[in-house]
Amino acid sequence: MSAGLEVKNLHKSFGGITVANNINIQLKPGARTALIGPNGAGKTTFANLLTGILQPDSGQILLDGIDIRALGQAGRVKAGIAKTFQITTLFPEMSVRENLRLPILEREGYGAKWFGKSQVNYAADDEIETLLDDFQLTKYADVTVGQLAYGQQRLVEMALTLALKPNILILDEPAAGVPTSDSHLITDAIERLSPDLSVLIIEHDMKLVFRVANSIVVLVNGAILMEGTPEEISRDQRVRDVYLGERHE
Amino acid sequence: MNTVRTQPDPGNAIMRFLKKRIAVYALLIAISIAVFFLFPYDLGFLTRIIIMMIFVLSLDLILGFAGVATLGHAALYGTGAYMAGLFAVHISASPIVGLGVGALSGAVIAFISALILMRAHGLTLLMLTIAIAEVLKEIANKAQTLTGGADGLSGIVMAPIFGQIEFDFVGQTGYWYSFALLMIVLFFLHIITDSPFGLGLRGIKQSTARMRAIGAPVYWRLVAAYTVSGAIAGIAGALSAQITELVSLNVYDFSLSAEIVIMLILGGAGRLYGALLGTAVFLIVHHTAASVDPFNWLFIIGGLVLGVIFFLPGGLLSFPKKLGWVTTWFSKQPEETPR
Repeated sequence: MSAGLEVKNLHKSFGGITVANNINIQLKPGARTALIGPNGAGKTTFANLLTGILQPDSGQILLDGIDIRALGQAGRVKAGIAKTFQITTLFPEMSVRENLRLPILEREGYGAKWFGKSQVNYAADDEIETLLDDFQLTKYADVTVGQLAYGQQRLVEMALTLALKPNILILDEPAAGVPTSDSHLITDAIERLSPDLSVLIIEHDMKLVFRVANSIVVLVNGAILMEGTPEEISRDQRVRDVYLGERHE
Repeated sequence: MNTVRTQPDPGNAIMRFLKKRIAVYALLIAISIAVFFLFPYDLGFLTRIIIMMIFVLSLDLILGFAGVATLGHAALYGTGAYMAGLFAVHISASPIVGLGVGALSGAVIAFISALILMRAHGLTLLMLTIAIAEVLKEIANKAQTLTGGADGLSGIVMAPIFGQIEFDFVGQTGYWYSFALLMIVLFFLHIITDSPFGLGLRGIKQSTARMRAIGAPVYWRLVAAYTVSGAIAGIAGALSAQITELVSLNVYDFSLSAEIVIMLILGGAGRLYGALLGTAVFLIVHHTAASVDPFNWLFIIGGLVLGVIFFLPGGLLSFPKKLGWVTTWFSKQPEETPR
């Protein structure tokens, strides 16, 4: 039984369009793998297949050796797979603190409790403070999330996702839409992630990818074109032709 | 990360809850006493307001907090009314047991319909909620031998509350009985909406996708909320049957479902007090306008709703906040005027 996440021969098509074609990927504990490719390559679809938003037509998704395809979205979160969205998806009318409280309550199994607000809030408070501190969000703790700058919202989403204490973290374009002046916040946050956590980063920002990833998978038309270290990927002519371009160094 | 602690001081929790709410509860009790003495000949109308407040509170849980749009909430109210009425006629005239029957029947019909409704969204959901209420109305109409059909269910005579307090002709007992229930329902809803379950409902309203992504079983949470809402609507229906001693097919009317949505929007959805305020304003304006002009009173209601939607999208409850904004805006004007 292999630890971490292993995807075997994953296939998904919508009518005549194949969006995932025989994909094989392994994420070992502590992995920092980037999934890159041109628009429409199937990167987000692949993430949705992993998190249960979509069901594959065939293939296997093994988490610590156990096939999790039968689990729904909620079941996969409980199994340890968490994801940030390509477009920030938060609770916009709640404060940052409340945004972090909800995933902790769900993780601890308090989410359906009708009584005992004080008890569960007390339980979550310490952890919320730690997360706020880790992501330098303490001064925004009681600010409504919808009023924050987009870069800060991305940080809240990462903090919210980490509040689930996942084993596998999928970051879908974490730097997308973030102003250049704030992008270091995202990179720093990714670099501070626990070394035991397996991270799959879907990203177009090659500077970020080459800084944080130790393995890169190139996806084109739903199929893996190449997999390797950042150096191997940047040297490969096929990857340059379809995605990176000749000027990439 | 720090270890999760789970043993707070429960005494402090109760004190904090009471401190936060006690002023509002005291104000509501004071208002109820004041109107009781100020309008002794309008107790029937005041009791109707209180019953509708309970009904609108039930809607607030599902629409205001969970964001589930419905135009068929009368299905739950009507079922509570008919079941409590039938129970009183055929089994027991005890008001308290009758309320339990109303709550249970409202909850059961809500649970069964929620299994279908909570899979739908948008217009489909709206149409389905209307359809369920209409189907129940037709069932009540056809089951004439049991429900009285279009003539309504009559012959309801309630026993004294707890075997001691008789329902009087003036309506004093009915008024206080209804008010006591309103306070109990409000207290119960405060606890629920303050709980993790309530926070989760707000989460579902703001982002279903994010709630799913944090592992929440969104569908079952909505089914649970709709069932609780059904129980409260059932209590309101049962109360109506017990106070008026009559249940007619009107309890399933589409107009009733639509009116309570307007009442909630008028007061402010998702805040409980908005349900109370909106119901009181709607019914008082309705009562007054209809007595002045029985044919065109809807014009006044329509104007009121338009005004609130345009100028106070958060409902009448947001008026003080809006007033603060207007005051700030005016006070800033001289500084912003170019010299």
